[in-house]
Amino acid sequence: MKLDRRTFLGTATAATAALSAPMAFAAGHGKPNVVVVGGGAGGATAARYIAKDSAGEINVTLIEPSRAYYTCFFSNLYIGGFRNIDDIGHTYGTLASTGVNVLHDWAVGVDRDAKTVSLAGGGSVPYDKLILSPGIDFVDGAVEGWDMSAQNAMPHAYKAGSQTELLKSQIMAMPAGGTFAMVAPPNPYRCPPGPYERVSMVAHLLKAHNPTAKIIVADPKEKFSKMALFQEGWADHYGGMIDWIGSGFGGGEVSVDPSAMTLTIDGEVTKVDVCNVIPAMKAGQIAHSAGVTDGNWAPVNAADMSSKADADIYVLGDSSQQGDMPKSGFSANSQAKVCANAVRGALTGSKVFPAKFSNTCWSLIDTDNGVKVGATYEATEAKIAKVDGFISQTGESAEVRKATYEESEGWYAGITADMFG
Amino acid sequence: MPIAKAENERCYSNWAGSMALGLILTFPAAGACAGEIGDPENGAKVFRKCSACHQIGDGAVNRVGPHLNGVFGRLAGSVEGFRYSESMDRAGSDGVVWTRETLDAFLENPKSLVSRSRMNFRGLPAAEDRDDLLAYLRIFSDDPANIPEAEPTAQATDHGLDPEILALQGDPEYGEYLSTECTTCHQIDGSNDGIPAITQWPQEDFVIAMHAYKRKLRPHPVMQMMAGRLSDDEIAALAEYFSELK
Repeated sequence: MKLDRRTFLGTATAATAALSAPMAFAAGHGKPNVVVVGGGAGGATAARYIAKDSAGEINVTLIEPSRAYYTCFFSNLYIGGFRNIDDIGHTYGTLASTGVNVLHDWAVGVDRDAKTVSLAGGGSVPYDKLILSPGIDFVDGAVEGWDMSAQNAMPHAYKAGSQTELLKSQIMAMPAGGTFAMVAPPNPYRCPPGPYERVSMVAHLLKAHNPTAKIIVADPKEKFSKMALFQEGWADHYGGMIDWIGSGFGGGEVSVDPSAMTLTIDGEVTKVDVCNVIPAMKAGQIAHSAGVTDGNWAPVNAADMSSKADADIYVLGDSSQQGDMPKSGFSANSQAKVCANAVRGALTGSKVFPAKFSNTCWSLIDTDNGVKVGATYEATEAKIAKVDGFISQTGESAEVRKATYEESEGWYAGITADMFG
Repeated sequence: MPIAKAENERCYSNWAGSMALGLILTFPAAGACAGEIGDPENGAKVFRKCSACHQIGDGAVNRVGPHLNGVFGRLAGSVEGFRYSESMDRAGSDGVVWTRETLDAFLENPKSLVSRSRMNFRGLPAAEDRDDLLAYLRIFSDDPANIPEAEPTAQATDHGLDPEILALQGDPEYGEYLSTECTTCHQIDGSNDGIPAITQWPQEDFVIAMHAYKRKLRPHPVMQMMAGRLSDDEIAALAEYFSELK
């Protein structure tokens, strides 16, 4: 379905209030305004680069409800005990010092005619260019028996922070020999190796604290990212603990009962102690409210990440439908820099260089046992298209795997510095 | 490399210069001589890890890292013409002098002594390797007036690159844009926490390294992929940009 401008104006509840509210947030007069919604790998990077590179020529406002942002990447390492929760938390002070106006509020609507973003806290922010990087939301009814009201009983832990801590505390409280279940998501979803790294980290934790516990994974897919590497690692390190049920064995025929703590796979009911439900995903809500989605995701032009529905709106990261890049923090960060270059060029006439994209995803299987997959991409008329890629090999030496893990630690330090300054 | 010949000499400190000139053997001021620290011949092999960035021996110059002639007894961060990290500069102003003890600690874990050093090296965990390496380094510290020649491997500038490629002048503005792909992993302030720092390299070293990845001579898959699609001009642009970063 394609919304026109008037339809979504009607759907945005705060729209009327927004139109009459004073534009309190327009800072400098005469300077172009860029508004970025979402302070993750896409949004924080875009805001930082535009503010830094435009050296005061552009007003940059970042709208992000959280004062402390917990990265989804490396949140599995917290579950496995390789990181503290504080290690993956970041604040926005340095971004503010770079000249980004950081607004801790929810963006609840976009008026594309007036070119304003309305805020849950009241008021609105005007934009010349709007960058939406809101991450993911879950598709309603994707897993029978589960909705957001069940996220305490059956956490998704797929937006990092309190959900991640909840999931870990539930795992630690499992009875001896208990069962951890995961309902894995269908494609496309955030962080393709993420569920399987999580299974590895849960197994690592249970091996130390609860070695007779079992892990069941119900998966609607037949294949998944780094499958051979994970399955080799599970057999070598967690032999017999993990039971992965793919779609061929009914892994996609799933329902849950959060009050009874049961998981039903292909008609067979299992009582579980922890149930990590990762439902099907869609673009963050604001992308839908803004009317730039087509189905679950927001189609974009590969050259600059601009929306196919509106030339003044850009969509980055998980929410975008761009082609071949996986939905990852690395991808969002890569896309943000292409977008920042294009937006700055459009507003100030600075030189715009051709788009280059890349991605690498590292996963940890066990202590000092890291694997990775990556690719480079280019912009074509139709989509962001893969150019070249690589993947870790099965049977690699312990030395190589350790070096890969250490590299992932370096990458974490690098990308978070690139996002938050 | 005539280390083997000198094996039986009492002190390696004098093996090249002083012995040839028939001077009286003296113990160097900064501590034990090479043979008393470890095996310099094995140290020369250990030094291959260092030689990607550091030169040593007669004619050695600063590359990615400072030259290492005369390192024993030298104040940290004090080689003329080399731009050190702030951390290393501070170590120098704090009075850190490179002795067998301080070098040993630094080589075991560089970050434990100089927390934000740009040196991309995780350290030598084996004490024997460090002893041997220090024995080797000692040789080039004993007689500033007569620095011996080092093995060719100690000055790794072999690359077989077309001189025209090395002579390309990069566009720093384009380099700045291209650099944003690098900074997802490599930190712009030169810190390194598992991924090497790439700021302030001499442009020639940068270009040689990137072409070595592009030609798959250097083994890292991510870097082979990233370098693989960069043109000669783009590599030159990146080299130009990163060399000038503070």
